[in-house]
Amino acid sequence: MTALADLGFAAVRFVTDLGGLTRFAAQIGRAALAPPLRVRQFVDELFKLGVLSLVIICVCGLAVGMVLSLQGYNTLVRFGAEQSLGAVVGLSLIRELGPVLTALLATGRAGSATTAEIGTMVATEQLDALRMMSVDPIDLVATPRALAMTAVMPLLSALFIVCGLFGGYLVGVGLMGVDAGSYMSSLRSAVDFHDDVLGSLLKALIFGGLVGLIATYRGHTTVPTSAGVGAATTSTVVVASVSILIFDYFITALWGV
Amino acid sequence: MSRAPVRDLLVGLFVLAGLGAVAYLSLSVGGLSYGGPARMALYADFDEIGGLKPRAQVVISGVKVGQVSSITLDESYRARVRLDLDATLKLPIDTSASIMTAGLLGDRYVSLQVGGDDKLLQPGDQITMTESAVVLERVIGKLIYSGSDREKKQ
Repeated sequence: MTALADLGFAAVRFVTDLGGLTRFAAQIGRAALAPPLRVRQFVDELFKLGVLSLVIICVCGLAVGMVLSLQGYNTLVRFGAEQSLGAVVGLSLIRELGPVLTALLATGRAGSATTAEIGTMVATEQLDALRMMSVDPIDLVATPRALAMTAVMPLLSALFIVCGLFGGYLVGVGLMGVDAGSYMSSLRSAVDFHDDVLGSLLKALIFGGLVGLIATYRGHTTVPTSAGVGAATTSTVVVASVSILIFDYFITALWGV
Repeated sequence: MSRAPVRDLLVGLFVLAGLGAVAYLSLSVGGLSYGGPARMALYADFDEIGGLKPRAQVVISGVKVGQVSSITLDESYRARVRLDLDATLKLPIDTSASIMTAGLLGDRYVSLQVGGDDKLLQPGDQITMTESAVVLERVIGKLIYSGSDREKKQ
């Protein structure tokens, strides 16, 4: 009987969370359009979310490109098709791995930090202090963070892909001895701007909005204790990662990117 | 606040690097045309295009000179292939187009055989002499049936 009650409780909490998230998204949308525009905060967040994630994104991109090239070569060489290595590495990076892995990495690196930061503000009653001064904390604290995350994600994803292509080139051409010209020409003829590159940027943009929204929402709804901040941070990473992968399926199925 | 200018500089550099990556992916890898060398469009009608796809290569003597930009069905239900070619090419009016396969099972591409006429093809013109794709399954099918026909006669 308690199991059934737990299930019902979980379902009600899920729907409540979904409603809260939607309302929160609407508030962020309104705050983003209405003056004052918080440019200073936005740029600071670009620094925290973008510049500080740069190293991890580039290193991971390089590693992913290298392993893709290695795996792809070992499979393709059985069919004598190692000339298409560039297409394999390029298409998998641009269409799938670039946006998804960047979003997952950014969730772990920047999303959790955002939740922890806002959660600590909630726990130490800083947001209440802002409300006392009739400053809307959603406008001042959440909106710049969510917008910066959305803006940063396509840029990080593009950097990830370029690093990955470089890593793939390094292993494929340098190590495995695929011809440099055929690597680049198979890459260029396989990748299309409208189908692949635009779709990749669109995916990254959607993931960025998703992570930004979930991270700031979890921060705002933190239970104001130190354990609550920890739980909210964990929840951000789990919920954002799962929704990225689920959204990825639906974006691919709907728009074929 | 004293660190703010450095921070802004780093943010600016980050945005520049990101946009540079986007531009590289779009222009170099994605092949987005940005003006670039002028193109001219020619049309060619085929009875059978096999597996020819948009963005397939167009070659003359094996050298890439353009790509297939679209494939549509014309009024008489033949495949109308639009070729996007380098505009500096001077192609005689009796140039012919054929659909070839790279290797036995490879990609389809369009090969142009340059003619000898004095008149030149203008942008938007149609290449009248075309040779359809060879569909491997049909060739094999014909081979099998012609073999069994021979057996019957004997």
